[in-house]
Amino acid sequence: MNLGGGQVVNKQSMMPGSSGGSWKSSGTSGGGGDGGVPDQFPSGLRVLVVDDDSTCLMILEKMLRHCKYEVTKCNRAEVALSFLRENKNGFDVVISDVHMPDMDGFKLLEHIGLEMDLPVIMMSADDSKSVVMKGVTHGACDYLIKPVRIEALRNIWQHVVRKRKHEWKDFDPSASADEHKQSEEPDYSSSANEGHNWKNTKRRKDEDDEADERDESSSLKKLRVVWSVELHQQFVAAVNQLGIDKAVPKKILELMNVPGLTRENVASHLQKYRLYLRRLSGSQHPGGMNGGFMGGPDAGYGSISSLNGLDLQALAASGQLGQLPPQSLATLQAAALDRSNNAKSTISVPVIDQRNIFSFENPKSRYPEVQSQHLTNNNSSKQINLLHGIPTNMEPKQFVSLHQSGQHSLGSMNNLVLIQMGGQSQIHVHSQSQTQSQAQSNVNTHNGLRSNEMLPRGGVVDMAPTVYNPVVSVSQASPLVNFSMNHKTDSCGTSYPLGGSLGISSLPTASSALQGDGNLDTKIPRKGIVPSYDIFNDLNQNRDWGLPDVGLTFDQSQHTIQSGLDASNPLLLQHNRSSGRDLGGQNRNLTSDKVVLSPGFESRIHHNGSNVGQPRNVYVKTENDIDGSCHNTLYSEQYGQDDLLAAILKQQQQEGVGPEDEFVFDGYALDDLPV
Amino acid sequence: MEVNHTKSQINFTRNSLFEQGYLDEQFTQLEDLQDDANPNFVEEVVTLFFSDSTRLIRNVDTALENYPLDFCKLDDYMHQFMGSSSSIGAKKVKQECTQFQECCKARNAEGCIRAFQRVKQEHATLKRKLETYFQVSL
Repeated sequence: MNLGGGQVVNKQSMMPGSSGGSWKSSGTSGGGGDGGVPDQFPSGLRVLVVDDDSTCLMILEKMLRHCKYEVTKCNRAEVALSFLRENKNGFDVVISDVHMPDMDGFKLLEHIGLEMDLPVIMMSADDSKSVVMKGVTHGACDYLIKPVRIEALRNIWQHVVRKRKHEWKDFDPSASADEHKQSEEPDYSSSANEGHNWKNTKRRKDEDDEADERDESSSLKKLRVVWSVELHQQFVAAVNQLGIDKAVPKKILELMNVPGLTRENVASHLQKYRLYLRRLSGSQHPGGMNGGFMGGPDAGYGSISSLNGLDLQALAASGQLGQLPPQSLATLQAAALDRSNNAKSTISVPVIDQRNIFSFENPKSRYPEVQSQHLTNNNSSKQINLLHGIPTNMEPKQFVSLHQSGQHSLGSMNNLVLIQMGGQSQIHVHSQSQTQSQAQSNVNTHNGLRSNEMLPRGGVVDMAPTVYNPVVSVSQASPLVNFSMNHKTDSCGTSYPLGGSLGISSLPTASSALQGDGNLDTKIPRKGIVPSYDIFNDLNQNRDWGLPDVGLTFDQSQHTIQSGLDASNPLLLQHNRSSGRDLGGQNRNLTSDKVVLSPGFESRIHHNGSNVGQPRNVYVKTENDIDGSCHNTLYSEQYGQDDLLAAILKQQQQEGVGPEDEFVFDGYALDDLPV
Repeated sequence: MEVNHTKSQINFTRNSLFEQGYLDEQFTQLEDLQDDANPNFVEEVVTLFFSDSTRLIRNVDTALENYPLDFCKLDDYMHQFMGSSSSIGAKKVKQECTQFQECCKARNAEGCIRAFQRVKQEHATLKRKLETYFQVSL
């Protein structure tokens, strides 16, 4: 039939994809020179070119047209994707640049691979081995180095053919099973068939040529498996149901129950999907992935956690989280894991909330990466979040980064808590068991620091670096706070988040306090902290506490504070205060405070931008002092914090800043503090 | 102008551009693409390149004024610049871009600034020469 050659050549939607050999024979209506031009194919190959550089785009288009291909060009990856989605079978091959402003070329590559499974050729002026390798691992069919020569473009049809052949094989190993295929076809390949008729034809041609037993009417519709969106969703659902680690092709296939789908199809798609997930979790693409996952936090977590649990942890452990040192992460993770398995879900949700609530501009903009990381981590597991918040042996720097990352998860509250907690590993532990902590916090009246809850948030630490920095130091105090909170160890974990959040809030206040603004209270972003911040309420109870509560530690700190009052100190002070508060189980108040704080907090935060500088320095110092051990450090830090706390308290008192107390960590283990 | 540029003169101009290293083989590729359907293809592409690159140069200049220098961003810009200059065969420009990228990698602010000056110079020179060439040949 003329299906092949002649018609194909002229038509856009010809079936150029047929294998070279078969194409020749079929393409031109038969053997080598059957009728039309023997090598009509690959003429008419439908190419989509994506490149943000218009000069290159113009040149490529011209070159491709010279190769007699049909070219569609676009300079935005998003546009390209929509083209592809609208015309599922409208293109045969995609050529994309690696560096594009709106979307990474590799990301586009993954999308296309998963959704449309078209051959994608990457190109770039960058010919470094790592980038080329990245192309290979992401599944690119080829990698062209700019400047692209026309000769390189002439042969791109081979990738189309190759892919078709592979798919064909996947689809139906036994080429001769025409009938079999046919029956399967209608069910499954109905969608696949749509634009792939020509492919069928092509295959048919092959079959005919080869086996010569094909009946053209009963064409061997060995369509390649087109992973439509629906099919992919089914696939993802099956994988999630099984759990990413248990998802084997056979089981997935059974679950999907799609007629015509073979185990091989599923296996290859699973491989791609795994790579895709790995990239997502490893990459810092908050918008994309997080958005997707975050969309339904619960749902997302449910599925993601299972999926990400392994991946993320692995990633985190391997230091992919980035800022966190692998060791710390590992430690944290381990701790977190041990602690709370339940918290996972709990944490994720709050994390998100917190993240949303805590809409600091600074932090966010500052640490987009962190955020994404954090988000990723959050998704994967609270543990990861915890890690963020709790750098066990974090260097001050690391701590800051943790904070940053933790920011997202914790939300304002957490951040504060975390901060206070400091990178103490202890905190870490607590944070992990967010759920636990929550329970604990509720139970523990002492633990003004609902940090427990907060901790899981994932280390509020993320809060703007500027904010955090001071916080960080504060967090160090948190371990102390933790102690007082519930149980030294437990509270550590929980209080961590509080510290984090508190830190943040306190930070602003601290700075202000130092400066005599006394806005601490207002600044405290209690609101932002997130409703789940019961702890915060407790903390906020500062008011209720009455300074005297905190006094224990405060007194001492006051002495020191006055002397060493600096930006960071205020925060610490705050923490101290809160810790004192916690003892009193101020939780209730916290909530109210929270509300108050949040608005203030946010404004503070921004405001603190400038202040941050001050505290930052201070904090750093503080951080250094704090060592891994919660208790020990707490104590030592306590002093420093006390100073701050005292200073803050003083200011607050003077200014009548009640809310500030909220910041103060209730979790402060005043009792335990060796003050 | 009164002077009628003969083919040989045009060729001479063109060849000198190659010999002096301003253009490379990629430019020939562009010329090969030119046909009756697009008789001014090369000029169109070159014009597009210069308008795009002028914008890029402005961006880089701005970026070079912000201290501390954001080397990542600069590297990105230069990567773009290099991609398009190599596509039209602007050999010397490309070479200077590479120099600039080296300085970026080494985080050498001084070096970057100097290198970019050279990039701009080559860019301007090439523009002049090509404009002349097109006037002559078209």
